[in-house]
Amino acid sequence: MDLKIKVESLNFYYGAFQALEDIHMNVHENKITALIGPSGCGKSTFIRTLNRMNDMIEGTRVEGSILLDGENILKNETDVVDLRKRVGMVFQKPNPFPKTIYENVIYGPKRHGIKNKSQLDELVEKSLTGAALWNEVKDKLHQSALALSGGQQQRLCIARCLAMEPEVLLMDEPTSALDPIATQKIEELFEALKKKYTIVIVTHSMQQAGRISDFTGFFLNGELLEYGETDVLFTKPRDKRTEDYITGRFG
Amino acid sequence: MREQFSKELQSLKDMFTQMGQKTRDVIELAIISLKEHDLGKANKAIRLDDEVDELEREIENKCMSLIALQQPIAKDLRRIGTILKIITDIERIGDYGVNIAKITLSIGNEAHVKPLIDIPKMADLVKDMLKLTIESFEQENINMAKAVIQMDEQVDLLYSKINQDLQEIMANNPAASKQVTSLLLIGRYFERMADHTTNICERIIFMVTGDRIDIC
Repeated sequence: MDLKIKVESLNFYYGAFQALEDIHMNVHENKITALIGPSGCGKSTFIRTLNRMNDMIEGTRVEGSILLDGENILKNETDVVDLRKRVGMVFQKPNPFPKTIYENVIYGPKRHGIKNKSQLDELVEKSLTGAALWNEVKDKLHQSALALSGGQQQRLCIARCLAMEPEVLLMDEPTSALDPIATQKIEELFEALKKKYTIVIVTHSMQQAGRISDFTGFFLNGELLEYGETDVLFTKPRDKRTEDYITGRFG
Repeated sequence: MREQFSKELQSLKDMFTQMGQKTRDVIELAIISLKEHDLGKANKAIRLDDEVDELEREIENKCMSLIALQQPIAKDLRRIGTILKIITDIERIGDYGVNIAKITLSIGNEAHVKPLIDIPKMADLVKDMLKLTIESFEQENINMAKAVIQMDEQVDLLYSKINQDLQEIMANNPAASKQVTSLLLIGRYFERMADHTTNICERIIFMVTGDRIDIC
């Protein structure tokens, strides 16, 4: 298995508060890595370090290194715009722009200088197909994205991400605002997406982590308590606290 | 459709089928070795059973993972629960095959105290029962499973006939008692194999219909 991201000795602070403590994690290419743990354990903070989204929060500080294909993204000279193109993110609540479906998908590529209409058309079809949404919206590309259902909006956000042709997809609870059917669709989509992308997902649903992921990391109080193959973590966790959490005995 | 889950279930079914077929091969080797004093085949049966045991462990692990990771419900849950149960029966059938192979090794080249007729008949019946059992599992065919359960009676009849014959031999020729006891045990092993296949078939019916039946 090839390594896509290698996290070493990562510490993260909100002012004086240390939110992440000495995290070490290998994220494997073309695999789905799920991050689980109780609220406030640091999993969202962690996933946001992977494309430096936390830079935007004042008073934060980060130590350690995050190697993306061997290159430390925490270096000052990293081009964060380029980084976020390579490492895209989908959030908990679908957040389409109040624009048409088409414009939502091409928003990023256009900002990055792609102007050619046929190239953009192609990108729209490819991205929406990749997000398993094309068949549902191909006849209404120029209608408002806000008219789509929650599940469709979330897949549109995934398509918007794919349009940037990223290498890694970060998902922060991408299905927690969706109903079970829409959730299932997105989960199936992950299976297809991982063939091309490396996926890291934060989820509050242990069942979801079990169903979709290849690797799972259990966070508690800012520490990565246990990390390994999902199959093993869910049947034979090493740490009693992981076992207590996944069996519902606390949290 | 949970495509990935469906694929995992299919692969679980395939592993079970493979385990069943290997077990059938163990029985086949065991009975040939007994009939033909072929000690090589007896040893082969013993080695093949190790593969059956390994498959049992792999299937058990896979079932546990699927339950933990995929939260199966309804028929999916019954299918996985059934497989977890019936691999124990299959494994035991394989063990009986090994017992027969070991007896064959201990008999060695010593002539049989009687021509072996009914024991091979039992073996054929048991092999057929196991074959049908595997097919009924693959096809989820409860009629086939019921037919297997009915076949158990023929095995029981043969067993009691063998018992009678062997007891007579022992009464007339006490010197043959060692081999007679071995052959009695072999009859018993085949009878138990048949019982295990009927257990499996009852479980298959439960897997398909959700209803518990107890035909025997």
